[in-house]
Amino acid sequence: MGEQKGMTIQGNMATALGAKLCEPDVIPAYPITPSTLFPEKISEYIADGELDAEMIRVESEHSAMSACIGASSTGARTCTASASQGIALMHEMLFIAAGMRLPIVMAVGNRALSAPINIWADHQDSVSSRDSGWMQFYAEKNQEGLDLMILAFRIAEDERVLLPAMVGIDGFVLTHTVEGVQVPAKEDVQDFLPPYEPPHGKLDPEDPMTFGSLGTPEYYQELKYDQTEAIEKAPEVIDEIFDEFEEEFGREYNRITPYKCEDADIILLTMGSMSGTARAAVDEMREEGKKVGMAKMTVFRPFPSDLLKEIAGDADGLAVVDRNISPGFGGAIFAESAGTFINESKSPLMKNFIIGLGGREIFKENFKEMYEKTKEAVEAGEVKKPVEWLNMNEDVMR
Amino acid sequence: MSKVKITIGGINKKAGSSKEYKTGSWRTMKPEVDIEKCIQCLKCFDYCPDGAVKKIEDGIEIDLDYCKGCGICERECPVDAIVMLEEEK
Repeated sequence: MGEQKGMTIQGNMATALGAKLCEPDVIPAYPITPSTLFPEKISEYIADGELDAEMIRVESEHSAMSACIGASSTGARTCTASASQGIALMHEMLFIAAGMRLPIVMAVGNRALSAPINIWADHQDSVSSRDSGWMQFYAEKNQEGLDLMILAFRIAEDERVLLPAMVGIDGFVLTHTVEGVQVPAKEDVQDFLPPYEPPHGKLDPEDPMTFGSLGTPEYYQELKYDQTEAIEKAPEVIDEIFDEFEEEFGREYNRITPYKCEDADIILLTMGSMSGTARAAVDEMREEGKKVGMAKMTVFRPFPSDLLKEIAGDADGLAVVDRNISPGFGGAIFAESAGTFINESKSPLMKNFIIGLGGREIFKENFKEMYEKTKEAVEAGEVKKPVEWLNMNEDVMR
Repeated sequence: MSKVKITIGGINKKAGSSKEYKTGSWRTMKPEVDIEKCIQCLKCFDYCPDGAVKKIEDGIEIDLDYCKGCGICERECPVDAIVMLEEEK
């Protein structure tokens, strides 16, 4: 394990630094709050001669992702950053990047979607692109943001995967918050992440090929199946690379990390920066003798159903915390957790808590309330209200 | 249509292979050329969106492997030398 340098930086700088260590060749980006510092830092690195890369200043996020697709098709290591409306605008191109099996990495500053316009923390932007075929990683803290950028490139470029990946850090809560991080040495990252040589082909005038061609009804379904198989097989590769990373850099990553779950009756399932608060709430509740645990989801796509079954299969209740809402049903993680257990003979009762939308604070007390409400449902043996919104500002409700 | 195996990401490693994919089977209407009327103005050649009109010595010829039967050539022909007829299959 090489020496690492301690730095105190904002989340956007952590993801930008993570990207820089991976030495991307092309970075097409369009700045958007709260991820603007990412392209700013990349631009600075290039101007200062610290990074030898081409930065493309595009006219929109749709163009940013289009340029990423073109660049990655030539075999260039490509990354970008975006958030909220930017990700919504590149929606079309996200599916194309995944379908063409291009290992583009995008740093996301997770932010709410309009309307009403809101620039604060919320997972709706990237969660809403869950069907695009991208892998999705979410950080709890800035260190994870930095590490997950390196991991995302390595996993995305693995010849068994070859899919794009997003790394989400919560808007402002992480993007603009200064935290201490350990920065691996460039040489060690280079050893961990070999140069990208696309095994499936690249655009080259010397050896012309056709990319992004028509898939007639005779071929479309087979190509989609092939793409879907790649993300379904990715967990094995992700686990292997997470282990290798821990060996090289000393920090542990899991698709879901359980905390005090072994003997827990009730488990809280969290994602992103809220996880630290949940862990503190679990500690306090444990002191009061409550058998509660929490599980932090780092990988949302591919959905870690296997680990969720292992971790929560024996619990009485599972409180799924969603910082997103699919109007007309509930949170996305809740829907997928419910789907995970649908054919299991034993399943925890599940409650869904919608919280923290548009930058609403999430407190320890909120997790305690989730525990109590889930416990209540378990004791009653039924879930009367599966989806509940917490920490509502009742004073402003009409 | 020739059958090929799919590749990762649908990449077609052979350049210029689109000619192998005959798309004329999509057609329901078929252009018929009266070569006697043709004045060789080549409007049909210019307007054909599929490049299915070929120049020959005395006029034009439609490549039915690629013509999709849109009828633009019939509409543009100033001397009514092209008529769209129902495709018989």
